[in-house]
Amino acid sequence: MTELTNLGVRAIRDGVAAGDFTAREVAEAFNANVAAAADLNAFVIATPEKAIEAAEKVDADRAAGKPLGSMAGVPIGMKDLFATRGVQTTAASHILESFVPEYESTVSQKLWDAGAGMLGKLNMDQFAMGSSNETSYFSNVISPWRRNDGGNAPLAPGGSSGGSSAAVAARLCPAATGTDTGGSIRQPAAFTGITGIKPTYGRCSRWGIVAFASSLDQAGPMARDVTDCAIMLGAMAGFDPKDSTSLDLPVPDWAGSLDSDLRGKKVGIPREYRMDGMDAEIARSWDDGVAWLKDAGAEVVEISLPHTKYALPAYYIIAPAEASSNLARYDGVRYGLRDLPQGANLQDMYAATRAAGFGDEVKRRILIGTYVLSAGFYDAYYTQAMKVRTLIRNDFEKAFEECDVILAPTAPSAAFALGEKVDDPISMYLNDVFAVPASLAGLPAMSVPAGLSSAGLPLGLQIIGKAFDEQGVLNAGLAIEQRAGFTAQPEKWW
Amino acid sequence: MSSYRIHGTTGEWEVVIGLEVHAQVTSNAKLFSGASTEFGSEPNANVSLVDAAMPGMLPVPNRECIRQAVRTGMAIEAQINKWSRFDRKNYFYADLPQGYQISQLYHPLVGEGQLEISPDEKNPDQTKIIGIERIHVEQDAGKLMHDQHPTMSYVDLNRSGVALMEIVSRPDMRSPAEAGAYVRKLRSILRYVGSCDGNMEEGSMRADVNVSVRKPGGELGTRTETKNVNSVRFVMAAIEHEARRQVDVLEEGGTIVQETRLFDPGTGTTRSMRSKEEAHDYRYFPDPDLLPLELDDAFLEECRASLPELPDAKRKRYIEVLGLSAYNAGVLTAEVDTARWFEALLAETAAAQGKAEAHVAKQAANWLISEFFGALNKVGRSLEDSPVSHAQAAELLALIGKGTISATIGKQVLETMFETGDNAAAIVEREGLTQQSDSGAIEAAVDAVLAANGDKVEQYKAGKEALFGFFVGQTMKAMQGKANPQVVNEVLKAKLG
Repeated sequence: MTELTNLGVRAIRDGVAAGDFTAREVAEAFNANVAAAADLNAFVIATPEKAIEAAEKVDADRAAGKPLGSMAGVPIGMKDLFATRGVQTTAASHILESFVPEYESTVSQKLWDAGAGMLGKLNMDQFAMGSSNETSYFSNVISPWRRNDGGNAPLAPGGSSGGSSAAVAARLCPAATGTDTGGSIRQPAAFTGITGIKPTYGRCSRWGIVAFASSLDQAGPMARDVTDCAIMLGAMAGFDPKDSTSLDLPVPDWAGSLDSDLRGKKVGIPREYRMDGMDAEIARSWDDGVAWLKDAGAEVVEISLPHTKYALPAYYIIAPAEASSNLARYDGVRYGLRDLPQGANLQDMYAATRAAGFGDEVKRRILIGTYVLSAGFYDAYYTQAMKVRTLIRNDFEKAFEECDVILAPTAPSAAFALGEKVDDPISMYLNDVFAVPASLAGLPAMSVPAGLSSAGLPLGLQIIGKAFDEQGVLNAGLAIEQRAGFTAQPEKWW
Repeated sequence: MSSYRIHGTTGEWEVVIGLEVHAQVTSNAKLFSGASTEFGSEPNANVSLVDAAMPGMLPVPNRECIRQAVRTGMAIEAQINKWSRFDRKNYFYADLPQGYQISQLYHPLVGEGQLEISPDEKNPDQTKIIGIERIHVEQDAGKLMHDQHPTMSYVDLNRSGVALMEIVSRPDMRSPAEAGAYVRKLRSILRYVGSCDGNMEEGSMRADVNVSVRKPGGELGTRTETKNVNSVRFVMAAIEHEARRQVDVLEEGGTIVQETRLFDPGTGTTRSMRSKEEAHDYRYFPDPDLLPLELDDAFLEECRASLPELPDAKRKRYIEVLGLSAYNAGVLTAEVDTARWFEALLAETAAAQGKAEAHVAKQAANWLISEFFGALNKVGRSLEDSPVSHAQAAELLALIGKGTISATIGKQVLETMFETGDNAAAIVEREGLTQQSDSGAIEAAVDAVLAANGDKVEQYKAGKEALFGFFVGQTMKAMQGKANPQVVNEVLKAKLG
């Protein structure tokens, strides 16, 4: 029998349903892998008992002949940004270190309802702010991947969903939830050789997800392949009356409709993404993607997204602006950390609590956000950024008159080493350059593994689709997956 | 209209007033959460996860709150914006769990409207139009309690997230009386519409008072804003004090600082809270958790169709259709509860007497205002908790109208009704108060009175006609007030020649 932890979502679900193995056996196998991988620091907290409990329920249901859900028997990792009832929910921060919610996020509840179980809460960049996982209060995740130069430099698993990407890549879980505000699912997926999709803004309810930037935050699955992502996204998505920005649309059967035959489809290649000084390996991987999609029957056309260069600056105004307001609630009054120095008044308590509770990157973004919203600067920054956002959205709308999906690199490089960019925020922010435009436009976008760099590290290709057309994105992703033949795995060293 | 002026050492000053009224929307649930809005609950009994701003919680607009604000806007003839948006007003305070208030700065739900006021109750025809700039909806904050612990403050979030309408007037008022009339009229309309209960003492309605002074017709002066004034009387007192203070400062060569002030009801004075330099930078921006609010025609139509007859229209109808005096019409329509009571009384009176409403309206209105209000006053009650129902009152009015009892006896019966709660007919029956129109009995009584007062009869005949009233009084007295006064008059006139 194949080792259970080498199986993905579909294989586990189908195997449990067929009686090849029990859900409990699966949960135990992954629990063991989680317990043995402390070196990766992928989990903030492991919840083996939760995984077992859910698995036993599935096994009992199966024995009783009850219908099983689309994720039945699949244990997953939950990014620690999702509120989980009775289990600490920290956003990888000190200020929420002690926070145990009495409620369950809509997305996690849907996954449990579909038969999934929870292996634990995954480490991440603090409040989802970061591209390397180095901003976590609980210390960074280390990627299971290493360069083939024998140097063993610890590498970034990407961010902010770096715990999720590392855990899936290292076979600690067959799939994990992620959230993507400006690339936080796609970039870590690319860095670790896994697949991740950010659906159209509004597909997954934000209710119960600790907010970073409300107009951009979107949950999505991270898994080993396109099919697994399609299955899991189907379980996560759906209208939620508790989220005013939730899409009131039926959830299509993405997994059941997967089709990698792209004849009659047009793939757009955005001219502006081919930037000066682009990493040659990234460019080559992109060319590979073009060839694969042609091979799948698609016609490839050049398109223009003229405002691309303004996307990153606009993003780094809008996201911090929203964050500065969203994070105001962490004030030491009602829950979470409270630092009340002797003789302190209310203002002192706010200052002490927030100084102690937030990490440097979070503070940096609160400061940027507060600045761009302040009187006298609002129009110059926020209003301008919102105009840019509209232009970016228009760019895509025009481009999609000429194509069905867009192909681009996910990140400008393969995974970098931990510590390499931590003191250079701008260089860190530039990591999001290919990911941010789709976020600003609210479009579905996915990263699929495309091959290895010369250093032996995974590279990802990004597919961006029309609003609501996750199917088109998944289909193109599947076509790449089938042709890229990506089977590499990190060698176990932890 | 007489102009209100402050007399200073350098001459006369004019006061310019604008009001921002915060009115709590009548609704069972809060603006963005399902929590209850009940007044007087135990602290923190009505707090949802959203109200407490727990991580990951999201606001969802309450349709009823929006509906009430739209209906209010329609009642002041305002432009309703079919597209509006919520903004966040960011500041830190312990009673503000989110760290921001969801409000509407840039695109309010309701635009320009207006209100007609009558500053002088005695002259209801003297009216003035006050412009209303906008109405927006926003969340209320919670409440800090400083008296529960020696060194700590407690927070009660029951009010946190309750829906408020902020109704912003133009600086169109020129006297405390106008401001008072504006608040009263606004409260009246809110109560008619049913969008706010207008209970200022419970805090469901409060005003921020903007005041500046200038030489009549001159440039606008610098204004101050006195926050959270919670009665009509206090609004007027705050303006009087603040205008006088500003005049004194200016005449002593000082300047007015744009600032936020507080009204102290104990002393009737205002004091500085914070100046413009200390003012918060609220960093307003569109709330990214909420989509713009878009209203369709069907919704607007439903709002409009559900509006009741409003006070101005009602007053006009009372005058023109029911034939009431302008004064009576004003009194009866000022508060929706009064108007409702009157209309119920009118319907029942008309039915009891088998007449059209227009025929009995004057009688009912006069009686309600002069007799019934007085009787209520005496026992310290209002129409809402009146011991006598409108049906009972209509029965009494019918007895008077039909001549079964006299108006004088009617007063006595009403008093007994207040004391016992019995019906008028039963009291009249029990106490034998039916008016006597039988001329035989009256003639006998008149004869007795004239016989006993021979000297006065002679004086009358000699020309002292004023004595006629004396004879009437004596006759009524002899008949315990039950004689029909008209018959008494006729008999006396005949007997005295």
